Order: sequence, then C-alpha cells, then structure tokens
Amino acid sequence: MNQPSDVTGPVEVDAPVEDLELVQVLDIDGVPVAPVPGLDPDRLRRLYELMVLTRELDTEFVHLQRQGQLALYPSCRGQEGAQVGATAALRDRDWLFPQYRELGAFVTRGVDPAGVGAAWRGNRHGGRGFVERSCAPMSIPIGTHALHAVGAAMAAQRLGEDSVTVAFVGDGATSTGDVHEALNFAAVFEAPCVFLVQNNHWAISVPLTGQLRARSIAHKAIGYGMPGVRVDGNDVLACWAVMTEAAARARSGRGPTLIEAVTYRIGPHTTSDDPNRYRDPDEVAQWAARDPVSRLRRYLERCRLWSTAADDQLAEDVRRARRSLRAAVVDVPDPPPGDLFDHVFADPPPDLRRQRRQLTDEWERRTRG
Amino acid sequence: MVQALNAALRDAMHDDDRVVVFGEDVARLGGVFRVTEGLAGEFGERRCFDTPLAESAIVGIAIGMAVRGLRPVPEIQFDGFSYPAVDQIVSHLAKYRNRSQGQLSMPITLRLPSFGGIGSPEHHSESTETFWMHTAGLKVVVPGSAADAYSLLRESIECDDPVIYLEPKRRYWDKETVPVGTRTEPLGQAVVRRAGHDVTVLTYGGLVGTALQAAEAAHRTRGWSLEVVDLRSLVPLDFETLARSIVSTGRCVLLHEGPRTLGVGAEIAARIQEELFWNLEAPVLRVTGFDTPYPPARLEGLWLPGVDRLLDTVERSLGYAE
Repeated sequence: MNQPSDVTGPVEVDAPVEDLELVQVLDIDGVPVAPVPGLDPDRLRRLYELMVLTRELDTEFVHLQRQGQLALYPSCRGQEGAQVGATAALRDRDWLFPQYRELGAFVTRGVDPAGVGAAWRGNRHGGRGFVERSCAPMSIPIGTHALHAVGAAMAAQRLGEDSVTVAFVGDGATSTGDVHEALNFAAVFEAPCVFLVQNNHWAISVPLTGQLRARSIAHKAIGYGMPGVRVDGNDVLACWAVMTEAAARARSGRGPTLIEAVTYRIGPHTTSDDPNRYRDPDEVAQWAARDPVSRLRRYLERCRLWSTAADDQLAEDVRRARRSLRAAVVDVPDPPPGDLFDHVFADPPPDLRRQRRQLTDEWERRTRG
Repeated sequence: MVQALNAALRDAMHDDDRVVVFGEDVARLGGVFRVTEGLAGEFGERRCFDTPLAESAIVGIAIGMAVRGLRPVPEIQFDGFSYPAVDQIVSHLAKYRNRSQGQLSMPITLRLPSFGGIGSPEHHSESTETFWMHTAGLKVVVPGSAADAYSLLRESIECDDPVIYLEPKRRYWDKETVPVGTRTEPLGQAVVRRAGHDVTVLTYGGLVGTALQAAEAAHRTRGWSLEVVDLRSLVPLDFETLARSIVSTGRCVLLHEGPRTLGVGAEIAARIQEELFWNLEAPVLRVTGFDTPYPPARLEGLWLPGVDRLLDTVERSLGYAE
C-alpha cells in the first residue's frame, strides 16, 4: 500500500458517493471565499497570536530535544489552524481528550507548556497541569482515548451539564477498533461529543491511502448516523466555525459530529523519525505554501487588524513563553523515587508499600555512599 | 449468590447517585445470569443501560465516566470476552491514576462472570486473574460465598481503585441464607474457613467450597486435619493471614482452576519459600488446571482440580516426613 498520498483531494474510489464539500473561509492567500464568522477584532487577533505562540513553542520543544533536554517530541507544525481554531470555539468547562500532538490545543486552553515538557523530558507520564484545565492527560495508544471522551460526554449527560467533550484523533487512529466503537457508542447514546480528526496525511510512514478506502474520513460519519464535516484544517476561521456549530449541536442534545480537518504534518512523526525515507519533499513544500499561520496573517493585514506594534508585543510574549519553557525544562532534577509508587493506588496493597520501602532504602544508601 | 450480587448493586446504586451499571444485556434482560435484574426499572436507563456489543468500549467509556466523577460498574458478559478490552484495562484503567499523579482515580468495578464448571462452550470458562494481578494498578477480588459476594462487591464499588471483580459462575446458583445488607470481613483480608493443623489449603472463589468438601472427606476417611484459607482478594494479598496458617501447619497446598504455569499458585509459592523457608515441613505444592486451553464441556470434569486431585496432593505433602 505504499502509494503516494493525495495532497489535496479525497481518496479516489469507484463508488457512487458524492464528495463532501471542503469548508473554507479563507483561501490560501487569506482572501475570504465564504462569510467570515462574526468574531470581533480582538478575538481574530487572538487566534493569530495563539497560532504563532504554538509554532514558536513547538520550535522550542524541538530545540530542547536536540539539546538533549527532552527524550522525544512530536511536532504539531502545520496543524496549528485545526488545533487553535477548534479549541478556541469551546468553553473552558468543555473537556478535551487529546492524543499527544496537540500543543495548539494545550496553548489555547491555557495548559502550562512546562507541563507538556514534563512528559517529553521523561519526568511524568501524560504531563502535568492538564486536569485543572478540563483536559485529560496526553494518551499514547492510538485511538484508545476516543472512548474516554465518549464516556466523559455520557457522564456530562448524567450530571445534567451542557458541556461538550472533544476527542482529538488522527487519520491513522480512524483505522483502530476503538475509534470505530467510540463513534458508534457516541451516536447510539447521542453523546455530546465531537470527534476532531486531524487528517495530517501521514501515520508515521503510511499515507492516508494506506488507511482507508472510504471517500474521505468525514464520509464515515454517514455509517454511524451522525453529521460528517470536511474542513480545511489550515484555515483557522473555518475550523473555528465548524467546531462552533458541532459544539452547539452537541450542547443542545442533538448528538455527536465527526469533523475531518484536512491538514498536514510538516515535521517528522517525532524527533526520532526521518520522513525523507518515505515522502517526497515536494509534497511538504506544497503544504508549506498552505500554511495556516501566514494565511490568517494576510487576512488580518488586509483588514488592517494587525500592526507593527502588535508584532513587537507578540514577539515579546513569545520570547517570554520560550524562556519560561526553557527554565521549566532545562536541567530539571529527576523526580524522587517515591514517585514510582505514590500514585499507582489510592489505597496501596501492603506488598507495594514494602517494595516502596525497599527502593527508598536502596536510593538513600546509594545517594549517601 | 446471584441474588446477593443483585442486592449489592441495588444498595450501591441507592446509596450513591454516581454509581452506574452497564454492559451487554444488563438492562432489558437483567443480565444473562440475571445479576442486574430490575435495576433499569428501578433506577432508570441513565443509571442502568444496555450497550452495543463492544467490550473495549464498555471499559473505555467507564474510564471517561470516572474522569468526570462517576463510579461505573460495567459488566463483561463472560471471562473470555474480556480480552478485547485488555488494551483499555492494561493501558488505561490500571495506569490512569498513576499517569495523572493521583488527580484522577478510577473507582471502577469491572464485573466478570468467571471460571468454569458449568458446562459452557469455548471462551466461557476462563481463569483471567493472573493477567490482572500482573498488571500494576488493579485490585483483584474473588468472592467464594454469597455473603462475601454482597459485601466484597459493595466494598469494591466504594473503593477508589479499579477492581476486577471475578464472580465464580459455578456458585451463582448456590443456596445460602444471607442476612440482608450485612458486611463480612473487609476487602484485603483472607479468612480461615476451616481450622486444622496438618496442612494449609489456600484457595479462592468457586474452589473454596471444593476445599471445604475435601477437608471434610479427609477428616472422615483419613483423619487428616486440613486448614482451609479463603484468600478473597488476590490484590491486595493478605500474606499475614496465610503465613500464620502455614507457620502453624508447616505444609501448604495451593488450589486454583487456572493453568499451572505462572498461575496465582506460582506467585504465592515463591513468596512462601522466600519468607517462610524455615517454617516449612514440605515443599509448597500446587493443584491447578493444566497448561492447555480450557476443555469442552464433556472433558471439564477431568480437567478441573477437584476433591480427588486435591487430596492426592495433600497426601504427597504429608509424605514429606521429618
């Protein structure tokens, strides 16, 4: 199945299925092709700032990994529009269930990037500071957390809340059984849940064409009995608009939506990956030209909503954020040995308490000697 | 035992609005073993509901519900159908609390009708306890009597840690008078079911009854005095109680249905020789199922450890004289 990925369009199959229209607000030059959502200038500027902040922090993470401060990092470069747009359309009490490439969602939700760094440095599985922001810890096994999102949404129904839960998954995850089960359960129980599939075209080295034969990922929604939307994932305003609509639908008790945000993973799968072994650099260049950050920038400039002074302020914010991330990550001491045991159980079995004592003794002897 | 389990679920749902019960056929039908009978009618479909047929999802949604503060009690219809949910159980249920540094507990009780002895088709008679014991972060509870079935289920649901609750199907229809709503010894405590001074028999679940039967027969026909210890929970394991018994008898036989290799008996035997070496008059012996797939119904009587195989082994243990 090592066919090249299709850069723009859906997978070609011989089936009498109509294409779903790709929802777009701005074209790649930042020119509106559809009514612009009614966001006030401050919120429009904020979307741009969040995307820039995400990209700069993402770059900082890659640098920190290269300097040996992080074990690994999965870059979200190129996917800022989908992540920032979708997350900005939600309320603070709406729950997010991310995978691990969602820095844009974390930045938008206000999760401290240092908490993300704690995971990639190898200090804490899943990161730190997520739950306080109504965000589940990062989850590595692909697609499995989609079920948690559905369960959380079903809990919200039972708690009488009007909150929405969002599952972030990728194109590869749509091949897993758990994502299938999650979509089906969400539909059957009309759970207030939105599935945001970031179709970044590559699951490590396997292109989209190696994952499915459906017309598109969004088409799969038809089989589950829920709306399926294909949106230009590099168009932050379009992503904001479709998530706003899907969240309103879920909030009013009309059930889940599957959103396919068509985007692209500009970087490698992680810092350990070498994409030159499996994909054509021309394809990457084509997608770089569809960049979500510069697209909104051009729109803001065209509307005279961005100034040089704003650039200076943003640059200062970025400098501060990068500095604070570095300070929180660089040469941070390893966690104490008790961390291995202290959170496994609320009420640990006696034997585990014994094992904890054994390790603590070993550690104290070693550090003393 | 079915009625005791049903009463435990009903009382738990009554006492705590956060308790929800779901799984395949649990609502409209009341469960294939009728353990959940009447709950949907009494508490409504929000609290007790049927799910589509997907075990991974049953555990997966329970995890999401626990993140949001509910106390789910999902049912997997049979032991052998827990395998599609292993990823959710091992990768998430067991690890979520640790991953969130204790911010998110998983107060989930996963009920698994378990073990053999009822003449079922393939995949309906599995012993899965070793998998769960080997997975850090799970508690593993196995009631052997109706009274314990009620009490341990109540305690499991109240517990903030995830509990794999293995119900011995062969005891489902045992008749036993259980005082309504009564708690027995706490979860985590093993109980001496029959006192004796020659050999300690350690077991749990459906085989507690078998061990008691064997002890009675041994006493009557051979004059041996067997002490039967019901472990009740495998995690936590009450090593103190079983050690006290072994110190007094000097001999130990472990009895379980699951295959021998790396079974519960292997772990406990290892620990006994590590900690009680000088108290032993004989090697710790195991009476278990064989290292084969669980047999078809016509052969399970041959395969399952019963009174005869247990007493043969007790005799071997007693054969190690000073």
